[in-house]
Amino acid sequence: MFYSLALSIMLSGFWLVNSGHYNPLMLFFMLVSVLFVVFLCHRMDVIDGESQPLNLTFTIPTYWLWLAKEVVLANIAVARNVWQGPESISPMLVYVKAGQKTDLGMVIYANSITLTPGTITIDQQGKQLTVHALTREMAADMLKGEMDRRVSRVEG
Amino acid sequence: MAILIDIISWILLLAGSFFCFTGGVGLLRFPDFFSRIHAASLTDTLGAGLILIGLMFQAGWGLVLPKLILILLFSAITGTTASHAMAKAALKSGLQPQVVGSVKSESGGAPSNS
Repeated sequence: MFYSLALSIMLSGFWLVNSGHYNPLMLFFMLVSVLFVVFLCHRMDVIDGESQPLNLTFTIPTYWLWLAKEVVLANIAVARNVWQGPESISPMLVYVKAGQKTDLGMVIYANSITLTPGTITIDQQGKQLTVHALTREMAADMLKGEMDRRVSRVEG
Repeated sequence: MAILIDIISWILLLAGSFFCFTGGVGLLRFPDFFSRIHAASLTDTLGAGLILIGLMFQAGWGLVLPKLILILLFSAITGTTASHAMAKAALKSGLQPQVVGSVKSESGGAPSNS
């Protein structure tokens, strides 16, 4: 019930931001469509803490800021590799262990790796992620495991 | 004030275009599939990101601003998911990445070479 309410509020917010038409008829349509989507999600049995990760609400913004900084730095590094040509890269496969407890935490970790240019998660078996890194330095950074620790902290 | 916002916005737009262009060049220059994906992710992240932030400065306070933020958020999530899906599909269908070596770490913290 709590998660259904949270989903309704989020969907209404999404509708209000995207619409721009606020007369009673349109708001009535919003109500109908939000209720219909919540009903569909309920039937699909996807309304739970995994699709509505509310426990991350306060911990994830700081992580996003840190991730944005990392993405900018990695972009500059990869751009340099592009202009220096294919001789400057040294692709490596890195096998890292994800230290997160939940599936959601692992998804956040694997997706953060992929979002950062220069490293891509290409496979996952159990808790082991296979990461393709563009250079040796990026592989070494990956092994330091700072991102892993930060995601584990976000997960709480 | 308006001219200052225009200047900031244009710097962001041009920087974003530079990263998109760099991503395209990398896509052509890098040797194999997996290293090319890295180049494409430049276009995905800072390329699209800086252009969208530059457009936010042009849009000002209004309904367009949250929409641009949503586009940024969704492109970040769908872009990574698509990259991962492509890389995994390539790996599963037998394409081996050209690598100079591989390293394995048992725990997140302590690296060990193999």
